[in-house]
Amino acid sequence: MRAVITVIGKDMVGILARVSTICAESGVNVIEVTQSVMQDLFVMIMMVDISKSSIPFSELSDRLNGLGDELGLTIHTMHEDIFNAMHRI
Amino acid sequence: MINSHDILETINMIDNENLDVRTITMGISLLDCIDPDIDAACRKVYDKICRYASNLVKTGEDISKDYGIPIIHKRISVTPVSMIAAACPDKSPVRLARALDRAARAVGVNFIGGYSALVHKGFGPGDYALIESIPEALSTTEFVCSSVNIGTTKAGINMDAVGKMGRVVRETAQATADRDCIGAAKLVVFCNAPEDNPFMAGAFHGPGEPDCVINVGVSGPGVVRAALAKAGDCDITAVADLIKKTAFKITRMGQLVAQEAARRLCVPFGIVDLSLAPTPAVGDSVAHILEEMGLESCGAHGTTAALAILNDAVKKGGIMASSHVGGLSGAFIPVTEDAGMIDAARCGSLSITKLEAMTSVCSVGLDMIAVPGDTPAEVISAIIADEAAIGMVNSKTTAVRLIPAIGKKAGDELNFGGLLGGGPVMEVSRYSPLKFIRRGGRIPAPIQSLKN
Repeated sequence: MRAVITVIGKDMVGILARVSTICAESGVNVIEVTQSVMQDLFVMIMMVDISKSSIPFSELSDRLNGLGDELGLTIHTMHEDIFNAMHRI
Repeated sequence: MINSHDILETINMIDNENLDVRTITMGISLLDCIDPDIDAACRKVYDKICRYASNLVKTGEDISKDYGIPIIHKRISVTPVSMIAAACPDKSPVRLARALDRAARAVGVNFIGGYSALVHKGFGPGDYALIESIPEALSTTEFVCSSVNIGTTKAGINMDAVGKMGRVVRETAQATADRDCIGAAKLVVFCNAPEDNPFMAGAFHGPGEPDCVINVGVSGPGVVRAALAKAGDCDITAVADLIKKTAFKITRMGQLVAQEAARRLCVPFGIVDLSLAPTPAVGDSVAHILEEMGLESCGAHGTTAALAILNDAVKKGGIMASSHVGGLSGAFIPVTEDAGMIDAARCGSLSITKLEAMTSVCSVGLDMIAVPGDTPAEVISAIIADEAAIGMVNSKTTAVRLIPAIGKKAGDELNFGGLLGGGPVMEVSRYSPLKFIRRGGRIPAPIQSLKN
């Protein structure tokens, strides 16, 4: 079972490290990462495997939201199903 | 790997373009609660709703969290209560309305619809009692919504019911005059009412439905408008195509939520209603889509054509995206619930006569329109009759949800707050239809229905 973590906001040092740490602490494996910085706007998309997560999905989402609030970034944590459903026939 | 562009598009739709699931509505049959003792019926109604819907709100919140999709409301629709009241016609069915209200409060839903009667061919004892009790029921409950179906394409139009409903709409507004006449905002008069509509105030759980069902209403006018804005100056074919594709994505989200809700609640999945339902919030307006299509202000000539394109494209895109589409499924044009409509009404570009034309090509009717407080009951009845005729002849659903603004005149303002919004009182024709309405009787079914 996979989820997509999206981070959008102002670029700063350590975003990838902080998000990865939360994933590692929760037993969530990072499968793929895409990121780009366009004129100070940072966008990172992480595909993660939550099937062996040690915490419930809502708690992972809460932790990442907390990180987002702390760093002033927008972090979305969503099941991959929504993207599969909306963008494939 | 899922395309990054798709992911960012989805997130942008949710964060910036007001994409949401407007409602998860649980439809519950109350046919097994029928009892000649009305208090026993009320107990059964209350118990059944609390039993079936106990996890509805929590499940909606969990799904919203898991998928990152805002789910704005959780609602319940029930069997038209007149069918329950028919077994105890000597007692006022208002007790049943109160039972529904208590149950809605207990499970935490935003609305409960189904204080309704289906009278397109005539009245039964339960129907009559229920309709008479609507003003009291809607002024003394908080969550209950009511609807009356007065015509169908196959049955024609019940003009006795039409005459009665003009009075009932007025009385309901009067009974809640101290609250901006909000009672009338919870009452819909239908022609060709659908049995599985998840939206309020017209939701009820039709007699042909199973014991319990999950229906979902999506929404996303802001998403459609934003897509059109990005497309720039393309021709109408491209506009229709773009709306179709956008409607597909929006509806797929509703389908996902509906299936997941049905699975978690162990209740069959009913339908997705893929309507574009506006809210008063900025960026969530159907009128703005029409203006983005190239009209200076909603209500200008060309609005009916633009709305026809929008309504049809929404249906075509949405139908591919869902295994079962139902309810109203099209574009809504509720005036007080749409920021663009409110502006157009205030500046005078949108009138009731234009709105009536628009109802012939979209999925609802004259919805959430404030009319002068001194509008006579027979004028309201005549407006209902006009709308019903459009629906009957064109084999579509039409409805009237008018708010007589007691004590106010054209140009004054009403404000309900929340999703119901607010807006200016609009002028109606001052010529009298009294003799026409007083005749009563039935309008015969039009010839296109006699296909058997």
